[in-house]
Formats: sequence, structure tokens, C-alpha cells
Amino acid sequence: MTLHIEGSQVLRSVRPFGESAVDIVITDGVISNIADPGQGMGSDIVDCADLIALPGFVDLHTHLREPGREDAETILTGSRAAALGGFTCVHAMANTSPVADTAGVVEQVWRRGKDAGLVDVRPVGAVTVGLAGGQLAEIGAMAHSAAAVRVFSDDGKCVNDPLVMRRALEYVKAFGGVVAQHAQDPRLTEEAQMNESELSGRLGLVGWPAVAEESIIARDVLLAEHARSRLHICHVSTAGSVDVIRWAKARGIFVTAEVTPHHLLLTEELVATYDPIYKVNPPLRTQADVMALRAAVADGTIDVIATDHAPHPHEDKDCEWAAAAMGMLGLETAFSIAVHTLVEPGLMDWRTLAERMSIVPARIGQVANQGQDLVVGAPAHITVVDPTARSVIHASQLASKSRNTPFAGMELPGRVVHVFFGGHQTVREGALA
Amino acid sequence: MMQHLLSAADLSSDQALLILDTAAELATVTDRSVKKLPTLRGRTVVNLFFEDSTRTRISFEVAAKRLSADVINFAAKGSSVSKGESLKDTALTLEAMGADAVVIRHGSSGAPHRLAASSWTGCSVINAGDGTHEHPTQALLDAFTLRHHLKDGTGDLTGVSVAIVGDILHSRVARSNVWLLRTLGADVTVVAPPTLLPFGVESWPCAVSYDIDSVLPSVDAIMMLRVQAERMHDSYFPSALEYSRLYGLDAHRFSQMPDHAIVLHPGPMNRGMEISADVADSARSVMVEQVTNGVSVRMAVMYLLLGGKMEGGL
Repeated sequence: MTLHIEGSQVLRSVRPFGESAVDIVITDGVISNIADPGQGMGSDIVDCADLIALPGFVDLHTHLREPGREDAETILTGSRAAALGGFTCVHAMANTSPVADTAGVVEQVWRRGKDAGLVDVRPVGAVTVGLAGGQLAEIGAMAHSAAAVRVFSDDGKCVNDPLVMRRALEYVKAFGGVVAQHAQDPRLTEEAQMNESELSGRLGLVGWPAVAEESIIARDVLLAEHARSRLHICHVSTAGSVDVIRWAKARGIFVTAEVTPHHLLLTEELVATYDPIYKVNPPLRTQADVMALRAAVADGTIDVIATDHAPHPHEDKDCEWAAAAMGMLGLETAFSIAVHTLVEPGLMDWRTLAERMSIVPARIGQVANQGQDLVVGAPAHITVVDPTARSVIHASQLASKSRNTPFAGMELPGRVVHVFFGGHQTVREGALA
Repeated sequence: MMQHLLSAADLSSDQALLILDTAAELATVTDRSVKKLPTLRGRTVVNLFFEDSTRTRISFEVAAKRLSADVINFAAKGSSVSKGESLKDTALTLEAMGADAVVIRHGSSGAPHRLAASSWTGCSVINAGDGTHEHPTQALLDAFTLRHHLKDGTGDLTGVSVAIVGDILHSRVARSNVWLLRTLGADVTVVAPPTLLPFGVESWPCAVSYDIDSVLPSVDAIMMLRVQAERMHDSYFPSALEYSRLYGLDAHRFSQMPDHAIVLHPGPMNRGMEISADVADSARSVMVEQVTNGVSVRMAVMYLLLGGKMEGGL
């Protein structure tokens, strides 16, 4: 017999992973009881009939821009966008100004995230000093800092020197870290503007060939095998990359990979508008690549969906193509894109979606207490979604400080309704609580 | 007709022929003692050049002035553009000054499209060369020149065989010509070493060859593109000499062409690189005529875009 517990919240008649309805009771930040519908006791009842409960999403790849580009995003505005997108944890990429390549910077980011209090902000540390690709950053100091960094990446730049990559892979083994590689051969992509294809030739834009990504992944999985270390591949964008990763996993190499929502939906044809809202790195590819990426994230070859949320101020997109910045917003639309491209077409169920957006990214990032199953005793990081709601994306209604979404005007399925971060409700009825 | 001229690939056969026929009529103005028509009196044409190109800018300027338009030359160098002013702010400024047409040359592919599609300006936008994308008025003047020599100056280019030789990869002239000449019925072959051909060129509406000597006997016209010797530093070819030996149009290769075949070059030429001096100076080289025709074609484009007579011709 469950007692009435003062201060407890009850998610009434919610369907964990889309399965049978239950009451989830949250007490002191943890799931204290899972009861039959209508049986959960508490002082705060949240009606969740027909809604689905998933573990709070964990993003392995977010650009929060702070410190340095607070005109594009701050840790606070990015945290708001993350919460509204159903996330309870984000990994803040290291390409800030100054670069997150010292314990001081990562601790500052971590503390500012705690102050915002909406999601766990896990700083990613740079692999090399200043992302310059030469000298290893103080990876150990960042790992042992209060921020306890476990993911290291020069994202935005490729760790191109094979010796530096080898050393980084070896070095992070001392504390169970992972190197997240932005796979882009710099020589093969000088001045690159879009996917190299028949279209790039016709549009007169310098091409970014698939082989520039695939050759680095091929090299790095072999380095990871040799170093017996963990490698993560950021924003996989080509069908060929999927083949290489599938081969590496079959061989037993410790490699994981992510795909972005935009690479699951958009194709290079959009570039023919010359509208830089579609400029992103790696670039939008072909429909065949999109379909290969969907199949790969469905079968687990690609482990996680990560947003690569990349805010840019308006002036950096309101210009000619070559002058524009690369990147797209992602936090507030990721769930809807995943439903649209994966769940609705029948490629995956809700439990698998939770694996790709919460459980596995938390495991890769080694974030304690995130990405847990919805069971008694688990921390109450819970995202409650409405799978049937459809809505049109409006750039002006996003919580991000920037407006560079390529999805504006699209009608997409799936709505984040409530979000609980350690039992604290951050989102209520689709708005910040 | 349309509001803008952004791409030769966008032109239908009818639209292209209307421009060529209009250019043929306007060419007679050039032969008069008073080389001027009142058509665009009171209209303002801005030459907005973000890249140096004296010959193209002058051609547009002469064309606009022959139609009595007011012409403003806005060169990026020495202006606020070189101090970091954006394309958007420049466009807003020109719009506020009452420009009717903007002739834009820009190093970024698609910049004219951006200008035309944006809310920055309501002007007609004429692409005078954008990055490595297109240079539509160059293709129109080339078509005009080909038609004059090979089709008695009327109709389309059905049955005409044209080879375009050189740095296809970086050439906006090649892109515009391949599509426009094909639209007009010509058979086009692009000729270059594989490194100077764009990825996916096999899907273009043209034939592709790596061997200039095999195409020479069957061409009615050959268009030699400028090849920058500096390209060798990016490993596009081993040396200027090797390029010239394998792809340059010298007197021997010239002699392999049919007697009626003509030689075009968009200029500026690298004599001794893609074309030898004796070929460049031969009677069948039509470079000077291309320059003259450029004025007529640009007059026709501005006339049709701004003159208000959309369907009926002159």
C-alpha cells in the first residue's frame, strides 16, 4: 500500500517507452514508485494520459558558444533550448573563445551550467591546445577537474596528424575517456562549400567529397584498434562512412558514432537556393546518404543522435553563401525530426529512440545518473512527449538566442510536453516551467 | 521575359533567341554616327563589381550608355565594401539611391541569386560573373558570335559543333556556355585534363574528352579558356609547359581544324599558354568581334529587362 507522500509528483497514466500506462511517482529527485494508473500518490499530480515517458535526452554534441560568442548563444539560453527540446544533459563543445583546453575554462562552463540549472552541462575538452592540432591540451587536468571531463574533441577541426590522434587515443585510456573525432581531411576540403557532387559542379561551389570524411574514419578506427582505445565519430554524414564503421564494429573495434537530425532529413538539393541557412559542416549530402544514415541509426551501426546545435547570429547567415557561417540549430527540433524520420516510418520503436537519444549517449559520455531506465530508484530525468501532436516550426518562437533553423515552416510530428530534470520540472505544457 | 538574368542555364530557347535577335537589331545602332537610343533615359544602372574586371565593366557601361541610362560604377576596391560593408548593406544603399538594375560581378558563386531572392533590393539583377558558377552574358555573346559566323546570323545553333577547352572546373564561362549552347541546339564537347573537369561532368549536357587532337577535325568552333599558370601549384597539372604541350592551340593543331572553323576566347588570353600568338592573331580568331558583340548583347539584356517591352520585341 502506497502512502500519500508530501512533495511527491505523480506522472498520472503515462506510458513509459510507449508501453502500458502507469503512474510514475517522483520523490526527492528519484523515481520512488511505479504504480498502476490512478494508484500513484503525491501532492502534485501531472495528467499524462496518452503521453509517453522517456528518459531525459542527452546530447553529445552541442555548441553553447559561451565563453566568447555570447551574441549567438549563452549557457543559459542554450540550456533553455535544450530543456524545451526534451534534453536533461548536453555536452558543450570546446570550440569557444577561449578554447576549452584548460581546467579553468571547462570548470567555468560546468559552473555556469549548474547556475542555469536546467540541464547537466558537460563540457567537452579540446584534444589539442587551441584546437590547433599540434600539442595535446591538458587532458588530464580537465579530466581531474571539478568538471570531470570525459569527452575530448577538436570539433570544428579534425585531429589530422595521425601521431597526435594516436597519442590522444592512448592518453585518454588513463581515465576512461573518449576522443570524439570531427572526421574531415583538411587538404581534401580546402575552401569546401557543399557536398561534392554533380550539383556542386553545376553550382560552381567547391566540393566537400565524401572520401574526406571516410578516409579519416578508416584511419582512426584502425588507430583505435591499435591503441585499444575508445573512438567516437562526430556527425557521420555519408553512406560510405556507415560502411567503414560497420566493418570496424564487426572487427571488435571500440568505435561509436553519431548522426545529426539534419543529416537524417535534408539533402544537398537545398543548396541550389544559395541560401546559407542550409550551409553546414559536414555538408548536406544526397538522398542515398540520408537513407543509409537512417538505416544505420536504426540497426545500431550509428549509436546516437546528436544535434550539433550550432547557433549563429543573423548577420552570419544573411549574406552570400561563401561568406556565411556553417551550422544549424538543433536542440529544439531534434526530437521531432527523429520521430519524423525514424519512428513514424517504422524504423524504430520508442525504446530504441530512447537508446539513441538518452541511454547510449550518456554511456559514451560517461555521465553518471543520466540515460537511466525508468525504474524505481533511477534519477528522475524524464521527458514526457506527445507522439501525435504536429506543429509548424517558427524560427522566431525558438528559445535559442539565434534563429538559424533550416526547418522553419515545416510541419513536424512529436511535441515535448513536460521535462523533469532530477525531479525538478523544467518544462510544463511545452513551455519553460 | 524575366526580371533578372542570373543564369544562362535558366534561359529557354525562346528567351535566348529573343535576346540574340534583339541584340542583332541593336547592333545597327553601333554603326550609326550617333550611337545612342533614348530607351532607358532616366533609368539608373549600377555596375557593382566586387572583382576587378575592366573589360566586362566597360562593356556593360557602354551598353547602358548607348541606351541613354545613367550609369554608376561601384567598384569594391577603395569603397566601403573593402572596409567590411556587407553585400546586404551595399544593396540597401543602392536601392535607396533609386537604382533600376544592378550588374553584379562577385567572387562568391550565387551572390547574384542571393541579391535577387532577398528583400534587400527590388532591382533587376544581371549576373556579370559569379565565382565559378556562371557568366551568362558571356555565353550570350559567344552564341551571338557563333550564329553570325556559322548560321548567317539567324535562328538557333542546331548542328553546330563547339569544343570548349581548358580549365572547365574553375570556369563560369564554360558553365554558362555548355547549357546555353545546348539549349540553342549546338553539340558541345568540353576538353580538359581530368583534374580540371568538375566532379559529375559526365551528367552535363555535353560530351567530355581528355584529348584535344581527337576533337579538332570535327569542330565548327573552338573556345579556348584562360588557364592560370598558378594552378600547377595546386597539382592540377605538372607544369605550364606540359599543359601547353597537351592542350594548347598552336599552329599545327589549328591546321587540323576544318577550314571554316573559328576560334573564340573570352579573354584575357595567355599567349603561349592555351593559345599561340599566331593562332590568336589569325583571321579566323574572332576575339575582337566577341568584344563588339558583347556590347550588343548587353544592350539587349538591359533593354529587355528594363525596357518594359516583354513579349513583342522591338
